[in-house]
Amino acid sequence: MKQAKNDMIVSLRDIFVEFDGEVILNHINLDIRDKEFVTILGPSGCGKTTTLRIIGGFLEPNGGEVFFDGEKINGLPPHKRNVNTVFQKYSLFPHLNVFDNIAFGMKLKKLPKDVIKRRVTEMLAIVDLKGYEKRSVSKLSGGQQQRVAIARALVCDPKVLLLDEPLGALDLKLRKNMQWELKQIQQKTNTTFVYVTHDQEEALTMSDTVVVMNNGSIEQIGTPTEVYNEPKSAFVADFIGEANILNGTMVEDCRVRVLGVELECVDKGFGVNAPVDVVIRPEDIEVTSPEDAKLVGEVTDVVFKGVHYEMTVMCRGCEWIIHSTNCSPVGSEIGMKIIPFNIQIMNKMFLATENTFYAEVIAADEEQKKITVRVEDSEFDIENQFFEVGKRLAITLPPSALSIAGDGVGHLDDVYIESVIFKGEHNEIILESDRQKWLMQSDVDEQVATYVPMKFDFTKARFEIAEGEV
Amino acid sequence: MRLKKPSIPYIAWMVIFTILPIALILYYAFTDDRGAFGFQAFINAFGYTGVFLKSLWIAFISTLICLVLAYPIGYFMSRQKKSVQNVLTMLFMIPMWMNFLLRIYAWMTLLQNDGPIDTMLSLLGIHTTLIGNQGAVILGMVYEYLPFMILPLYTVMSKIDTRLIEAAEDLGCNRLLVMRKVVLPLSIPGIISGVTMVFVPTASTFLVAQYLGGTDDLMIGDVIDKIFWSDHNTGSAIALVLMVAILIFLIILNLFGDEEAIAA
Repeated sequence: MKQAKNDMIVSLRDIFVEFDGEVILNHINLDIRDKEFVTILGPSGCGKTTTLRIIGGFLEPNGGEVFFDGEKINGLPPHKRNVNTVFQKYSLFPHLNVFDNIAFGMKLKKLPKDVIKRRVTEMLAIVDLKGYEKRSVSKLSGGQQQRVAIARALVCDPKVLLLDEPLGALDLKLRKNMQWELKQIQQKTNTTFVYVTHDQEEALTMSDTVVVMNNGSIEQIGTPTEVYNEPKSAFVADFIGEANILNGTMVEDCRVRVLGVELECVDKGFGVNAPVDVVIRPEDIEVTSPEDAKLVGEVTDVVFKGVHYEMTVMCRGCEWIIHSTNCSPVGSEIGMKIIPFNIQIMNKMFLATENTFYAEVIAADEEQKKITVRVEDSEFDIENQFFEVGKRLAITLPPSALSIAGDGVGHLDDVYIESVIFKGEHNEIILESDRQKWLMQSDVDEQVATYVPMKFDFTKARFEIAEGEV
Repeated sequence: MRLKKPSIPYIAWMVIFTILPIALILYYAFTDDRGAFGFQAFINAFGYTGVFLKSLWIAFISTLICLVLAYPIGYFMSRQKKSVQNVLTMLFMIPMWMNFLLRIYAWMTLLQNDGPIDTMLSLLGIHTTLIGNQGAVILGMVYEYLPFMILPLYTVMSKIDTRLIEAAEDLGCNRLLVMRKVVLPLSIPGIISGVTMVFVPTASTFLVAQYLGGTDDLMIGDVIDKIFWSDHNTGSAIALVLMVAILIFLIILNLFGDEEAIAA
């Protein structure tokens, strides 16, 4: 099966991967242009390494098609793909020296000895390791091992080089250097680089295209400027750079209400009174005198960051972050002005503002006013409520009635944390159980892509008897 | 080197159970039955050169068969999930919980004329003697010592990072080349300890040949066992020669593993 030839070197079509019943990649589509530096960016557990392993041929997707240079390559083993990989922990062969490590691929191709020797020498010059041929790889520093790993993969002259968090093990200074060097190498060798990282700064500085992934799906694809300035969702805004993310309501086209104040913006088409996420970058807020601005707040904290001051401002019960070269002292009252262009409006990741779920009453005690219900695979008691056994209840809980059970005993176990976004007042956490998604409000930061037990506060709940079958 | 107090029990142990016995063997080997210094015991020992060489040969063949059998098993085990690995290790260990002699008796019963295997073969029209020959001795040896080859190979192989194998595939190795270029060189330490753990005991073992072999299949271990009681001196001399032969073998073997990279 052939696809129309274009400048796409790798195309993933509807790729689905599942492992032990858990969805790792949820029907993703991705096109990688030839000779481009593409970065796949996302938090750990988002599926970015899995995507890379599919391109490399180390993992066969459960569904979907992989195209390479127009040819379908599903099922083709790694050694037959014109792709090479730089592995996370370098994976240099400990029984071979630097020369033999780099020459490994060419020796397999049975190239003449003098060609191998010439190309290894050239490659060592590119990665800045001239004269290291006879060194044992275990005697090299992390940065040097890294460069040998890159040389070993690049010397095979692949059309696409896959890099799996190659700089993760290096310290900050070396990492910065290597970022620059990698970009240089990519341009010098004119090879497509597919680079996986969880470091947003790395992604922004090196790439031509950034692919932001979360929870097995692609959130946004764009140039570094696009994903930074025009994030498509609160997740992207939060993950890339710093951002003030607030709940807002679209009053009409180009007018949004945030914290009770109406602001002008440039986005349209969300409808009237639609709930939206509002994103404002800290450097886009102009500090003015209180009289000149609609939003007025009190500076609660100032940290000097070298280039700018990072100020924390309390405004209408929300915490705002402002980056400014001018410092306003702690305790002072300031005005915050934002030009319409810098207010980003996006659809909410979780549409409802409350959680509604269905429960079946399986036991009831009228005297004690207590019922036992079944929800998904769990059963638990609810105090101070009485409904007849067999009734199906629709229970509605506000986000603040949900919490993560610190003692490990929750009403629902193994709920997956999909995203955590700070919304000025609280963290807004989106969770996923077997049957539905949940919106939780929390003052605690939680680790995404983990499983936790979840607890409900039924004193805040609304109960209704639902029609229909259990 | 300064000796630390906690090492004293081990030193005492070594002196009593290693140094002293060796010294005694040396003493008996270089004296005659009246305690006078001489080489008569070694001259007597020469009479057993044939058995000696045959023993080394059987040990060599048994070790080789163990290696060929154990290598793929070890590799297969090392690539399984941890839980599966544990179950497989257990399965290979269970026979070793039984007494050595009992296992040999079991093989005698299995292999004897009109025994289960012989009967089955006869039904198929194959008439042969399964016991009382060199083949039976080697079979017994391989059965006894195979776990000692599997375990060190498996241990070393399970330490080979899967990503190294993936890296080799990535650079153009098919499955066979992965084995030759990466797994084999990285498993040499396991091969060396496995070969050591099988060759040394098979070369000096006794009883296996007595029960499974014929009258002229006796091994040097059996010879030492038989003559030591009547002639301490000759018995000690043969034992000493065997020790030296094994020592030389081990030294040669370890030369192969002397690349510093392997240890890393």
